[in-house]
Amino acid sequence: MLSRVANSIYWLGRYLERAENYARFIDVNFNLMQDLPVDLKEQWHPLIAATGDLALYEKKCTGYERNQVLFFLGFDAENPNSMLSTIKNARENARIIRENLNKETWEKANELYYMMQEGLEKKVWKKEDPRPFFEKVKNQILLIYGIADSSVARIEGWYFRQLGQYLERADKTSRILDVKYHILLPADQQVGTPLDFLHWMALLKSVTAFNTYRRLYGNIESANVVEFLVLNKYFPRSIYYCIKEAEKCLHNISGNLGGGYMNSSEKAIGELRSKLEFAEVGEIIGFGLHEYLDSLQLKINAISNNVDSNFFTIRDNQNHQNQTQSQS
Amino acid sequence: MKTDGYNAGEHYDEMISAEGEIREHYAEFYNHLKKTSSRKMNHLQHSANQTQRSMGMTFNVYHDNQGMEKILHLDIIPRIIPNSEWQKLEAGLKQRTHALNLFLQDIYNERKILKDGIVPSELILKSKDYLEPCIGLTPPKGIWCHITGTDLVKAKDGEYYILEDNLRCPSGVSYMLESREIIKRVYPDIFNQKGVMPVSNYPTKLLRMLQNLSDKPKPVVGVLTPGIYNSAYYEHSYLALQMGVELVNGVDLIVENKRVYMQTTKGLQQIDVLYRRIDDTFLDPETFNPESMLGVPGLFEAYKAGNIALANAPGTGVADDKAVYAYVPKIIKYYLDEEPILNNVPTYLCREEKDRQYVLDNIEELVVKETNAAGGYGMLIGPKADAEEHAKFRELIKNNPTNYIAQPTLSLSTVPTLTDEGIGGRHVDLRPYILYGEEIEVIPGALTRVALKKGSLVVNSSQGGGSKDTWVLY
Repeated sequence: MLSRVANSIYWLGRYLERAENYARFIDVNFNLMQDLPVDLKEQWHPLIAATGDLALYEKKCTGYERNQVLFFLGFDAENPNSMLSTIKNARENARIIRENLNKETWEKANELYYMMQEGLEKKVWKKEDPRPFFEKVKNQILLIYGIADSSVARIEGWYFRQLGQYLERADKTSRILDVKYHILLPADQQVGTPLDFLHWMALLKSVTAFNTYRRLYGNIESANVVEFLVLNKYFPRSIYYCIKEAEKCLHNISGNLGGGYMNSSEKAIGELRSKLEFAEVGEIIGFGLHEYLDSLQLKINAISNNVDSNFFTIRDNQNHQNQTQSQS
Repeated sequence: MKTDGYNAGEHYDEMISAEGEIREHYAEFYNHLKKTSSRKMNHLQHSANQTQRSMGMTFNVYHDNQGMEKILHLDIIPRIIPNSEWQKLEAGLKQRTHALNLFLQDIYNERKILKDGIVPSELILKSKDYLEPCIGLTPPKGIWCHITGTDLVKAKDGEYYILEDNLRCPSGVSYMLESREIIKRVYPDIFNQKGVMPVSNYPTKLLRMLQNLSDKPKPVVGVLTPGIYNSAYYEHSYLALQMGVELVNGVDLIVENKRVYMQTTKGLQQIDVLYRRIDDTFLDPETFNPESMLGVPGLFEAYKAGNIALANAPGTGVADDKAVYAYVPKIIKYYLDEEPILNNVPTYLCREEKDRQYVLDNIEELVVKETNAAGGYGMLIGPKADAEEHAKFRELIKNNPTNYIAQPTLSLSTVPTLTDEGIGGRHVDLRPYILYGEEIEVIPGALTRVALKKGSLVVNSSQGGGSKDTWVLY
């Protein structure tokens, strides 16, 4: 597969996953806000903090009004991670590699793009209840996954998209978990109170994990939620699971039959996977959840950089230098 | 749908004669049209538009916002061509393609036609499209124009006239293919009744033709595109997808030891045939335009060494120059000793004094074209222009006569088209596609471009033209 094409497929996977996660963020925060006591102001600040784009937001806006935040996360073309931007990038990458996509996948990605344009024209962020729109966008993305799942051959391209998707999801799950760190509880409502529960529940719901969690653990306890979302071996949005699947993708790409590593990406991801595989939740909490998640995000970035240099970097035929189409 | 008021007016209409009779090959369609409510027709048109948008059937417009994607409007009323008419077209296009290939082989090698004084030497040898690096070259299998998209119009006399031979990288074939898929859904019944010849095997034929250019048993084929901002990118990716081959950019390729390689996730992989959709002089900055960032350094050397086949061969542009066009009837006669089957439009060459004077005196009635421009740019339609524009073009011609030709204004035929005011006749042209592989084959279909504005003669997509599905009947 052409290196340039592999690069675009990988980023198509990442951008779609990113957009889907943003749709989830927004939906859940919206629900959560409705459950808050009237004297507590809506909290949209933590959401932005968790996306990592707080600095950009503060440069552009003052205050954390719902409309403003929804616009910033959903429709702001100047925010490179807004859904509008990531979906535009996803479509752009799809357009670049269109000959490698089946007709349905391309058409659904294309419709997704127009869906966002329509949302922009209709100023969805000002609506009393914008949730149906974000739900629709999320479903459209899930539809693309569904089509791919049942029609794309399990050859190189498939694994590059999956690799992008799982690395992105691992990052986003860590960020969703981190929202909790940023949410402020009122002075008299400490950890373990009903409001605290509400937050944890909302968080689990945002990754469609609530029911599964209930079945496995019953009561909501912060340590259990952390264990579930970071270390669970079977839940497809847990960070461990994502890293394990991403590692499999790398092995499939290189033809590694499962021993050691064959390139620097496999080495980096193998290290992280085994760390997570044998970790205990107590260590994570002892280390500090926020700090732990931060270091995870850095490691995931490092893996992505390795993937880039192992597979995507090509020789510049004009100047004989190496070049890569850098995306983030 | 109200069809009573529809008439040919002063033009040749493809559906209705000047006497108001429905032509035989449109009879069933006409009845269908009459039976269908205008509400239904508009609804069908709307869903065709939606389908196009979902498919992303877009083209990018030059001189517009960068990366601006537009949809080429597809009018759902088809242009229908009876078989007898098609047979003549087919024979004429094969003849022309054959002769132009012989011409190209000759002018880059023995130059017999120039020595015999049939075509003026300096017209060819001084043309900027005559590529010196190609002198003495014979491309694989001796074929220069593998893919041709010839533009024709039908004039008031009901005869077809060749307007342009597009021998470089003719585009639009993807619209022919995709439009057909859409239109089949619009008229599920009538399609079967009428017996329309299929076009859907074009990608298969194209692939076979490309593979034929290499002697390897399983050659690696690719489509070379300038990238996503090119106006025809949709088509490049569409054709690559349909043929199941790689779509490559210049940056993906690298030349080593006069062999061309793709840069893949598993290292370098040799490529044998390129259907290149990049202009000649951008192909290789070492041989041609040193500024080209789209091309591949060393590509031409690899081509000369016979290690990569290029379709179309570099150097074909010299033969579809609008001045050379005037000589094509003589070229056919010279190589094939046959009378041309299809008409040329009478052409005045401003390079020649007598012709130039005629053009300057009669500019109000003529169409003036730049010899090297495409896409309807650099063109004057005399009868539609004002005195100021006439004066401007007179100056342009005087200053640079070799750059211009002129032709009488043809009255393009019309085809009924869905408009805001119901059915109206709109002017069309016709671009069939010809493949030259083991033999020459004309695909039984075409891109019909339609000038959507009432009375307009400019059908170019970049200037408000749309398209129609073209039905060639069995």
